[in-house]
Amino acid sequence: MAAKTFVGVFDSDQAILAAARAAREKGLEVRDAYTPFPVHGMDDALGLPPSWLSRACFALGASGLAFALSFQYWVSLFNWPMNIGGKTFDASPALIPIAFEITVLVAGVGTVVTLLVFRGLLPGKPAELAGLGATDDKFLLVIDGGTEDSLRSFYREHGAVRVEELAGGAR
Amino acid sequence: MSTSHVSPLREPLVDGVKDLGQITRDVCDPLDAAPTTAWYAAFAAALCALSYGAVMVIHQVWTGIGAWGLNKTVGWSWDITNFVFWVGIGHAGTLISAILFLFRQKWRTSINRSAEAMTIFAVMCAGIFPLIHMGRPWLAYWVMPYPNPMGPLWVNFRSPLLWDVFAISTYFIISATFWFVGLIPDLATMRDRLPEGWRKKAFGFASLGWSGSHRTWSHYEMVYLLLAGLATPLVFSVHTIVSFDFATSVIPGWHATIFPPYFVCGAIFSGFAMVLTLMIIARKVMNFEGYITLRHIDAICKVILLTSMIVGLAYSTELITAYYSGNHYERFAFVNRIKGPFAGFYWMMVFCNVLVPQTLWFERIRRDVRVLFVISILINVGMWLERFVIITISLHRDFLPSSWTSYSPTYVEIGTYIGSFGLFFTCFLLFCRVLPMIAISEVKGVLSYARDDKHKESRHGR
Repeated sequence: MAAKTFVGVFDSDQAILAAARAAREKGLEVRDAYTPFPVHGMDDALGLPPSWLSRACFALGASGLAFALSFQYWVSLFNWPMNIGGKTFDASPALIPIAFEITVLVAGVGTVVTLLVFRGLLPGKPAELAGLGATDDKFLLVIDGGTEDSLRSFYREHGAVRVEELAGGAR
Repeated sequence: MSTSHVSPLREPLVDGVKDLGQITRDVCDPLDAAPTTAWYAAFAAALCALSYGAVMVIHQVWTGIGAWGLNKTVGWSWDITNFVFWVGIGHAGTLISAILFLFRQKWRTSINRSAEAMTIFAVMCAGIFPLIHMGRPWLAYWVMPYPNPMGPLWVNFRSPLLWDVFAISTYFIISATFWFVGLIPDLATMRDRLPEGWRKKAFGFASLGWSGSHRTWSHYEMVYLLLAGLATPLVFSVHTIVSFDFATSVIPGWHATIFPPYFVCGAIFSGFAMVLTLMIIARKVMNFEGYITLRHIDAICKVILLTSMIVGLAYSTELITAYYSGNHYERFAFVNRIKGPFAGFYWMMVFCNVLVPQTLWFERIRRDVRVLFVISILINVGMWLERFVIITISLHRDFLPSSWTSYSPTYVEIGTYIGSFGLFFTCFLLFCRVLPMIAISEVKGVLSYARDDKHKESRHGR
């Protein structure tokens, strides 16, 4: 890993997308892109697989459903059966609304927590590359490896407005 | 920015904005400036209403439910009317943030943040009413199933009122989560533009170290899609379950299979009316006319027109079903609605919810902000009346004429209702001052929508 990190600063989503695609074609190792909004097409340009969080969400939802149904059955049939207006104890349709709500609750909150923990988004954590404008109007591309000259010329060739140099390979 | 095809007839979603940086400035600058006199005046009024409501709630809890005008026959009235009214208002926020997202309606981007905030505050207001109706709100946790030393004695999972507890709490938690997830990138935008100080620290804490990394965006977009997919059936389930509170009972006028779709549609109708009211004020006061354009207002009006007609259809279906059922009590319940002592409320409701929105067929009215403001208020009133008509009029003359009675609210009920508006507007005004009211990152994503040369030519050519 290089001792220094070079960040290509771009002005538009089209420019950074083209640069990221070109980098991948040239076989350069793109660490990440930092953008004010999700640039569509960047997944392919960086070679990212589709997010696995959809499967996590399904698993969380399924466990929420299983928990809600089994708990309601356990309470209504075994732990403390209550005779209310002569309704049957295992009145399954009556258990659906709460089972549904718990499914949504566990799947929704669980998926968000999974995202935050997996991507290291935690309260008070300092941001990477803060101050270079990636949350305002700049698009940043970070490529690892390569010499300083080759990186600078690559960024310039692909329309970077400037190249930032950060000390250390760290973020 | 999207590679998908956009029809040359489409118009841009934002007006008069040149670049991405301007979006950041337009949305965030008002938050750095001192509040205007108008804001202070509105906030003071909201705070007064809230304090008055708080005093009324304390009085009611201190003296008991007897402080209300309820009686043995009319066991539910203003309290549950207000509850259903506020829950209904909330639904438009979820519709805009989740359902329009799934339908790829990109115009939602500039109004979804404030509509979601509206949802959260409306659900808070709604939650107050069942809570204080319990009479002993300090025992409210009894509605949750928790291991207890009384058996354990569990809650009754077969009761619609318990379903409601779960539906409303889930709805509140999921709406708040969805809202916060959408806020994270914008909190980071705020953090990066603020000078050193406590505000930068606060936004830095809340933005969770968001850096705009695409590897995170990629997962983030998936999570946003999943939340939208989960919130969509959730919003339908919530008002369906609210309608079960009535529909599963045996009261004529309540016991109807039409209730779930009728309630959901009414909720969306009333919620969009409230969105319209708030957006008309917000775009003027916050100078967001370039973001919340007349085209947005126009689209909101079309949703109102559609849902108004569905609601009107439900009103007539109810009447026909009651007639055709041949059931003596059912028929009487509806005759009592349209000719009984509260008939004025019924016809006022029909006027506000069915007739007034018909004016929205005309484009001139859909673009006249002042007229629309009046219409939106009338619909809000009409939808409150709808719940009052359903709840109170169905109850006050039940099966036995010997138990027939009337109902009028006491000053405590009216004060509590005013207080709920105070809570709503206090929260909303604080939100306008503290957080970005427009989803900055989402609007940036649609800035280039329908803005290339092809579109410019076709617009000028028309």
